[in-house]
Amino acid sequence: MHPVLILVVQRIALGLLLLFAASILIFAGTMILPGDVAQSILGQSATPEALANLRAELGLNEPPVTRYFNWLFGVLQGDLGTALTNGQDIATSMGRRLSNTLFLAFWAAAVAVPLAIFLGLVAVLYRDRWPDKLISGVTLASISIPEFLIGYVLMYFVAVQLGWFSTVAMISDSMSLLEKLSVIALPVAVLTLVVLAHMMRMTRAAILNVMQSAYIETAELKGLSAFTVIFRHAFPNAIAPIVNVVMINLAYLVVGVVVIEVVFVYPGMGQYLVDHVSKRDVPVVQACGLVFAAVYIGLNMVADIVSILANPRLRHPK
Amino acid sequence: MKDQIEHLKKRIGQGRITRREFVGRMGALGVSAAMANVMMAEAVRAEGPKKGGHLKMGSVGGESTNSLDPAAAASQVPYYNLNLFGDTLVEVTPEGKVGNRLAEEVSSSPDAKTWKFKIRKGVEFHNGKPLTPQDVLRTMERHSNEESKSGALGIMRGIESMKVEGDMFSVTLKTPNADLPYLMADYHLQIQPDGGFDNPGAGIGTGPYILEEDQPGVRHVWSRNPNYWDDSRGHVDSVEILVINDATARMAALQSGQVHLVNRVDPKVADLVNRAPGVRIESDSGPGHYVFIMHVDTEPFSSNDLRLALKYALDREDMVEKILRGYGTVGNDMPINAAYPLFDETIPQRTYDPEKAAEHYKKSGHDGSPIILRVSDVAFPGAIEAAQLFQETAKAAGIPLELKREPGDGYWSEVWNKQPFCASYWSGRPVQDQMYSTAYLSTADWNDTRWDNEKFDKMLLEARAELDEEKRKELYSRMGRMIRDEGGLICPMFNDFITGVSDKVQGWVNDPTGETMSGRWSSMLWLA
Repeated sequence: MHPVLILVVQRIALGLLLLFAASILIFAGTMILPGDVAQSILGQSATPEALANLRAELGLNEPPVTRYFNWLFGVLQGDLGTALTNGQDIATSMGRRLSNTLFLAFWAAAVAVPLAIFLGLVAVLYRDRWPDKLISGVTLASISIPEFLIGYVLMYFVAVQLGWFSTVAMISDSMSLLEKLSVIALPVAVLTLVVLAHMMRMTRAAILNVMQSAYIETAELKGLSAFTVIFRHAFPNAIAPIVNVVMINLAYLVVGVVVIEVVFVYPGMGQYLVDHVSKRDVPVVQACGLVFAAVYIGLNMVADIVSILANPRLRHPK
Repeated sequence: MKDQIEHLKKRIGQGRITRREFVGRMGALGVSAAMANVMMAEAVRAEGPKKGGHLKMGSVGGESTNSLDPAAAASQVPYYNLNLFGDTLVEVTPEGKVGNRLAEEVSSSPDAKTWKFKIRKGVEFHNGKPLTPQDVLRTMERHSNEESKSGALGIMRGIESMKVEGDMFSVTLKTPNADLPYLMADYHLQIQPDGGFDNPGAGIGTGPYILEEDQPGVRHVWSRNPNYWDDSRGHVDSVEILVINDATARMAALQSGQVHLVNRVDPKVADLVNRAPGVRIESDSGPGHYVFIMHVDTEPFSSNDLRLALKYALDREDMVEKILRGYGTVGNDMPINAAYPLFDETIPQRTYDPEKAAEHYKKSGHDGSPIILRVSDVAFPGAIEAAQLFQETAKAAGIPLELKREPGDGYWSEVWNKQPFCASYWSGRPVQDQMYSTAYLSTADWNDTRWDNEKFDKMLLEARAELDEEKRKELYSRMGRMIRDEGGLICPMFNDFITGVSDKVQGWVNDPTGETMSGRWSSMLWLA
């Protein structure tokens, strides 16, 4: 078998093991939190009888280990179960939220990744001159400001004052693609600003690193234009670290945008998870945790594999 | 000039011009802004509600975990949803009286022990089934039976038996209760087909709006029920509730015109919002209050002198000014204010008095070690700041308070009703009996001050059975004074409900009995 194929299979197996471990950790974590789902649902209005009735109904009187294995057994059969709090089918309600999250992440990435790499290349081209300094300055400033603040500022000027876009990024099935894009314009802008600097700086650093090599000098001496040297000769050799940082940012766009979701009222996974954590709705937390862990593991695997494929020494091990 | 005024009144009544424009043009005719506002309200009322349109609200208090089961409702969005799809037997009107809904007539036996509700005929559920007294009975059973997890379980406990007699639904109580109709107005008690036993979260009731889209924690869309029995309610064609938990995002949505109204406006920004174009603030005083509660059975709070010392060591006026920015009223260390029927206005107001506080503190013989007050953001908006103010004013009286900040997550299960001294809030109840029975009766589950007083309990039961209003008022007055002077409640303030409303919205009614017109905004407002 081809060594790369073996590697991929190994990685997938390891990923599954990691997922299993993550599910145990999440379950244990929700057990440590104070109060249980019955207490959280009833809140300040909990009477002892109502609590006892609700606990019995939700099956909370069984020992935790039994509950965990019941859950695991269901998942292995493709059944994520129903939410303890409102009885909705988890796969359906989470599926809708997940597709929203992916939609937002996709468009944010579609803007941010090419832009970051392009800006990185430009920064290298004009290294230590004003375009480089301007790009670095602006992107570093935008990553340093808390994302909710950027969100509020954009909301105030672009949506409330100018009225160009909507402050509420609530998308629904009845909207056309264009309407959806208009509605998510502001969160996409904020997310782009937040992830831009990291990827841009890494692109710049990785390419500058390669630029010290002898073959770049050769290319320059051949008389190639500066941009061709960077794009054709330096960039392919710098791809591994760039892909890594791009994947980390993609993962962030999927799992880490709860603040943006709250600020722009976007119906994504983050808010969904937070609501259920605060109500101790373990099956939903478990399901979300699994999805998030799978996203992280999957994207990191892609990054690894791309790095290997991009590097002839790793591609053809002796 | 009179013609011009009449013309403008007609235009505003029909919603052809904005409030700002109206007030401005009236001003040009020499009419004061206050007078113009009054005229506008009159004109709008005279013109009557306008039908049609899509009313949108941005609301706090919705989570992905919400369901449409009336028994499970505990926060704002589920509360509004219930009012959209359901009807209760009776309701509490803005004047604090009982208004008939699905019950056409309410009557009681002379001893207030048996109550009869005549059920309205010709009312249809959203699924086409006619409403019967049997449905009412089943609904009440679901909220009161042994397996119930309903938020209304507490108030249903006094019921001995219920039955259907012809078109009457009748309730027999264990002990007489003159306030029973108020209890039946509880928002959990929406009448569902067969009591909602088969599918409690279906969102099917007799209410003015029918469920179109249900996305918990995101949005809920409702369309008008064409067969609704009450023509005076349900003006807009459709209602949409957007869950916007972030306060800044809510204000932005209102100001950019994406929603017509938002609830829970932060007092800090209320004045700013009121000055913004196209929107206004509606502020309603209500029975909700912010509290610091002491367990009267736990050291050192078992000493009434120490309790009084702490009560005198609090500057209420200052807190209303700083925490509520004036959108509220001072409390008087009892859970009752003028929003309740039969409130005694003559009970003297307690004020900040560091000398008296120091005197009581000395008398209590407290050892001078710091008194720990537990507090969290979730206790009430501005709780941390309020506690800091309390700490400062107490220090001036020589009382050492130590603030312990608790995490908001788990505050209601781990701190409130467990720790001897903490910050909390009460949203109030429609009548005094219910407020006292919920939190001050010695056997109440939520007796969060551990108030156990035989005399008080006796008076409460006596007042409950008393049909003579004068005598009841007297009893309630004595009970209020008792809590004020001996209880474990430190009540610095009653908070207003502050709602941000677009100028397009008409028909607002100031309602002290509950937030956002007691949840009836959706069926009573209309769009100009």
